[in-house]
Amino acid sequence: GKKNYKADGHPSGGVGVPGGGAVGGGGGGAVKTRKPDNTAFKQQRLPAWQPILTAGTVLPAFFIIGLIFIPIGIGIFVTSNNIREYEIDYTGTEPSSPCNKCLNVSWDSTPPCTCTINFTLEHSFESNVFMYYGLSNFYQNHRRYVKSRDDSQLNGDNSSLLNPSKECEPYRTNEDKPIAPCGAIANSMFNDTLELYRIDNDTRTPITLIKKGIAWWTDKNVKFRNPTGDGNNLTALFQGTTKPVNWPKPVYMLDSEPDNNGFINEDFIVWMRTAALPTFRKLYRLIERKNNLQPTLQAGKYSLDIAYNYPVHSFDGRKRMILSTISWMGGKNPFLGIAYITVGSICFFLGVVLLIIHHKYGNRNTSADIPN
Amino acid sequence: NWSWKVKQELGDISASPALCSGVRSRSCSSAWSPQGSTCPALVVSPSLSPQYTLWNFLPKNLFEQFRRIANFYFLIIFLVQVIVDTPTSPVTSGLPLFFVITVTAIKQGYEDWLRHRADNEVNKSNVFVVENAKQVRKESEKIKVGDIVEVKADETFPCDLIFLASSSIDGTCYVTTASLDGESNFKTHYAVRDTTVLCTDEAIDTLTATIEFAVYTGMETKMALNYQGKSQKRSAVEKSINAFLIVYLCILLGKATVCTTLKYVWQSNPFNDEPWYNEKTKKERETFKVLRMFTDFLSFMVLFNFIIPVSMYVTVEMQKFLGSFFISWDKEMYDEEIQEGALVNTSDLNEELGQVEYVFTDKTGTLTENSMEFIECCIDGHKYKDCISEVDGFSQADGPLKYYGKAEKVWNGCVCCWLWGAVALLLLPLLLFCKGADSSIFPRVQQEEIQPTKVHVDRNAMDGYRTLCVAFKELTQKEYDKIDRQLNEAKMALQDREEKMAKVFDDTEANMHLIGATAVEDRLQEQLAETIEALHAAGMKVWVLTGDKMETAKSTCYACRLFQTSTELLELTARTVGDSDRKEDRLHDQEYGLIIDGSTLSLILNPSQDSGSSNYKSIFLQICLKCTAVLCCRMAPLQKAQVFIYLSLAAGPITLSIGDGANDVSMILEAHVGIGIKGKEGRQASRNSDYAVPKFKHLRKLLLAHGHLYYVRIAHLVQYFFYKNLCFILPQFLYQFFCGFSQQPLYDAAYLTMYNICFTSLPILAYSLLEQHISIDTLTSDPQLYMKVSDNAMLQWRPFLYWTFLGAFEGLVFFFGVYFLFQNSSLEDNGKVFGNWTFGTIVFTVLVFTVTLKLALDTRFWTWMNHFVIWGSLAFYVFFSFFWGGVIWPFLKQQRMYFVFAHMLTSVSTWLAIILLIFISLFPEILLIVLKNIKEKNHQVRNKMMRTLYS
Repeated sequence: GKKNYKADGHPSGGVGVPGGGAVGGGGGGAVKTRKPDNTAFKQQRLPAWQPILTAGTVLPAFFIIGLIFIPIGIGIFVTSNNIREYEIDYTGTEPSSPCNKCLNVSWDSTPPCTCTINFTLEHSFESNVFMYYGLSNFYQNHRRYVKSRDDSQLNGDNSSLLNPSKECEPYRTNEDKPIAPCGAIANSMFNDTLELYRIDNDTRTPITLIKKGIAWWTDKNVKFRNPTGDGNNLTALFQGTTKPVNWPKPVYMLDSEPDNNGFINEDFIVWMRTAALPTFRKLYRLIERKNNLQPTLQAGKYSLDIAYNYPVHSFDGRKRMILSTISWMGGKNPFLGIAYITVGSICFFLGVVLLIIHHKYGNRNTSADIPN
Repeated sequence: NWSWKVKQELGDISASPALCSGVRSRSCSSAWSPQGSTCPALVVSPSLSPQYTLWNFLPKNLFEQFRRIANFYFLIIFLVQVIVDTPTSPVTSGLPLFFVITVTAIKQGYEDWLRHRADNEVNKSNVFVVENAKQVRKESEKIKVGDIVEVKADETFPCDLIFLASSSIDGTCYVTTASLDGESNFKTHYAVRDTTVLCTDEAIDTLTATIEFAVYTGMETKMALNYQGKSQKRSAVEKSINAFLIVYLCILLGKATVCTTLKYVWQSNPFNDEPWYNEKTKKERETFKVLRMFTDFLSFMVLFNFIIPVSMYVTVEMQKFLGSFFISWDKEMYDEEIQEGALVNTSDLNEELGQVEYVFTDKTGTLTENSMEFIECCIDGHKYKDCISEVDGFSQADGPLKYYGKAEKVWNGCVCCWLWGAVALLLLPLLLFCKGADSSIFPRVQQEEIQPTKVHVDRNAMDGYRTLCVAFKELTQKEYDKIDRQLNEAKMALQDREEKMAKVFDDTEANMHLIGATAVEDRLQEQLAETIEALHAAGMKVWVLTGDKMETAKSTCYACRLFQTSTELLELTARTVGDSDRKEDRLHDQEYGLIIDGSTLSLILNPSQDSGSSNYKSIFLQICLKCTAVLCCRMAPLQKAQVFIYLSLAAGPITLSIGDGANDVSMILEAHVGIGIKGKEGRQASRNSDYAVPKFKHLRKLLLAHGHLYYVRIAHLVQYFFYKNLCFILPQFLYQFFCGFSQQPLYDAAYLTMYNICFTSLPILAYSLLEQHISIDTLTSDPQLYMKVSDNAMLQWRPFLYWTFLGAFEGLVFFFGVYFLFQNSSLEDNGKVFGNWTFGTIVFTVLVFTVTLKLALDTRFWTWMNHFVIWGSLAFYVFFSFFWGGVIWPFLKQQRMYFVFAHMLTSVSTWLAIILLIFISLFPEILLIVLKNIKEKNHQVRNKMMRTLYS
């Protein structure tokens, strides 16, 4: 009858109902584990920091940030302004330029075309001077160019030395001999020679240019390694390879000093670090301050002797020589200082304005509270 | 001997229980045929169809997966990278794609394996087939069309069948079709006439079974034809993602086109195309220009393809999957009584819970407890409460009586089969009993008898009780024979059988004597009124769909505050149809409630040919959209689904339906979000639903807290992903203008690959799982907050544009900031210079810090996990960069990153620039927060002032 029906049809229905079938109890007990755990995580009640960015908290921060940024900006700006920088464009596109004769020079012209540019430094360069060469419209960051190198060859790997990576094409082999160093970057290495003279009463005093210490330490000592083998004779180690097409000399004749020759030649390493933008500068030489009494470069007349080997006219490029002192923040760059001052001022200004607005409402707020 | 004939009246059908059908049918078959000849009650089995076999899994699954546009796109990108010489290695996009495809394949394979297993249970089950006059046992999957199948009581039908004969004398069987249409009412089926004789005369009566003839098997069955995957539900967020995706795809194509065009413009100058220092290889020179342009275009596509990140799909899937656990973990949605908490059947719709505009709810079992409590009965106008003994010759009634479901009701020893709304003929020594709602009984009885009972019935209905009237009639043997004959004729009729039978019943059930009426209370669920009020306050419109009598339903609606006393009610029932035109123009700011009954609804939705009624549809829609609450009473189960289809086709709001019974399944499947109540009517509803909760009150937390949070989280996740990839790729795009459009990547390949996978993935995942911009308690207690995110507010074009502009602005800041920084000859105090990889690394460092800090600014709920992943990711980035640049990797062709990061950090200028750029990038965001804050305060103050002035 009916009792049967109730128990049968509704096994869970009877739970908790007096007089109803107690049959359902068993079914209910088995699922006790289904009760969710009462943990903070599962109940989404983890202790949490709930920051509320209100005008009251943010505006003083604006104020403070402004107060911090403006002095930093001024500091950078002043530092940047104190940096001495002198730049000469020696491309020679203008007919009046002494280097005009060398404009259409080719790679293998011997003897190299030389030209001399005289210039005057208005102010003396007190601290160490860094000599850069700068190229314009030279796409060192072109993809085809950037990847055209073999880092394991440059790292001294002997198998890569004789069998350079395919990425180096079309500068991988020349006359069936592997090129060392292979690739477009190495092939187009900057090879102008720049010499600086101080002209004092018509006497040209050469200024000592230091060519070591211009590359990253890690590059010079880890990333770039000469091939290894018996002995230290680089000529023997580079046996079986050929020089890059455009180079006048093979890589083991880049410099007379053994620790600056071959792949670890610093000029070469500097060149191999591809520039970010088509207009770039690369460190060329260092001019160290000799003593504390004299500035590194006094104000006066100077002449720059250029062995003009590097053609840039064909791609509408420019070449420059830059003399610069360096501060804690690097070379001359007004951008950072101005940016800091601007952002700091805006911050400060907005902080003040908004604080006033906020306070006005805040005060009204409290005054409105009183009648309530 | 009793024999029963059950007839269904349109409009009288209502919610029927979703009991475990096997159990239910057993009890019924015994109750219905006490003399031992069983009328088997049968249930049609669900047939699940696995998609894959072991052999075709891989190709078919891959095919299915790559039909998704996003996957196909990533596949194309990957193939392009493999075939064409592209700036980034195929690994950068192949690895994430492989990961996504594998995870999805495993998930789908597992689900299919489950389906296989379930299918085997059905397909391998034993079925008796009559072959050569012998009973043969067969596996159900081997049934062929034409086989004669014998099905016993309580078994499920293995396929579509023609009913040939049954063991009962009159050749009937009772079938529930719960798994087809959700109706668990028993339907009487009659054997094909020619075979009835055969089976009653011949020996089949020893078999308590029906003999049937297989018509359709396998995938041709009605079941299989009706079967639709539930996965078709797509949330509004997903639609927005697709729209944004198209925008970004356009941006991507635009960028690639611009770059390709400019590249060839730039290269038209021969010294740009091939300067002496950078010659092309022979192969490059010999390629056709058109082909070269095409590969260039593809290369740019590959270079910028990170703007549409694979990882977003992974993160969204993970967020949905992991996030849905919080619903089932919620102890506030745990019901002590049934010992169960909420159930999540799909995680695809979490955010849709925060977008609901229409709530369609069943009444019985959903709004009410569905525990029927006998309140009183009236016999001949006398009221009886609780224990009744020896009244008018009736023996006794157990009291207080409690019955669940709209099930049989035992009354005074006479069996009154209380199949809800159905009118039964009871032929006991030629007494005909008839029970039903007052509206169907009163027309059949003598008018003078009605009044005393009607008073009780009306009062009971006003109190919200469910009422049922019982009438009887004496029949002479002659009359009985006549009726029997007429019924048999009607039964055998080939055309209009239903109508003919209805006519016979109508004729028979005239001039009856009213015995009385019963009142049964179905208590409202706890906190029902609060929940409904909260839903209203949250801007949702609540529709109650019920099979109940209008008065009963109305009083329930008042009790649960669906209708307030201030609500003006518009009654649209069969009696008042036509009034709608007049009332329509009066719909203004007042709250309106609409009451409509099933028959009117079918008049409106299925207009007959005459042209006049077709425009009711649009009028009806307008009215519906303006009413805050709608009550549809006297609804058939199928009508419930019809309402949805109509409403969603016409207006397209996001609908949620909630129900507890098998008859609600159709509307649960039809709505955007289907919620099942784990009630007393079985599991049908909760199994077919997207989410199941124990009680209606849990809807409040589910929608207002969980839904709101999930929506905010996922909306922010989506916007953030697009944003962070825009400002990731924009500098790379800008860089093309400075590298001769040569597709030179700005960032190292490791950074390109890891950006989305490692450096910026976990903070947003943690955010999208843990964020509570407003605390759960506030969300639950202040329903109006729900309206803040309604209408997909956070994924409209406005916020999308804001994020896009923010991304673009930051991309510009990153790139040009570092660009101007690099105008300097040297950034180090030793005069040494940086190269292009340092440039990219500075941009990337600013990028990673900015997007992470931007998320930190947006985070309003900092748990230790947020701290851990946000600061952890930044630390990991720094650590990784040191590590990546600290070793000469033998497997890499180029050691481009060697000590780049470390060198970068030795420069004070770089530090200052990085700090400045991060600050500039975040500045607009901070400013906006402050301005909003001030504006809000201003608003508050003004409100306060106004109030002060008024007071």
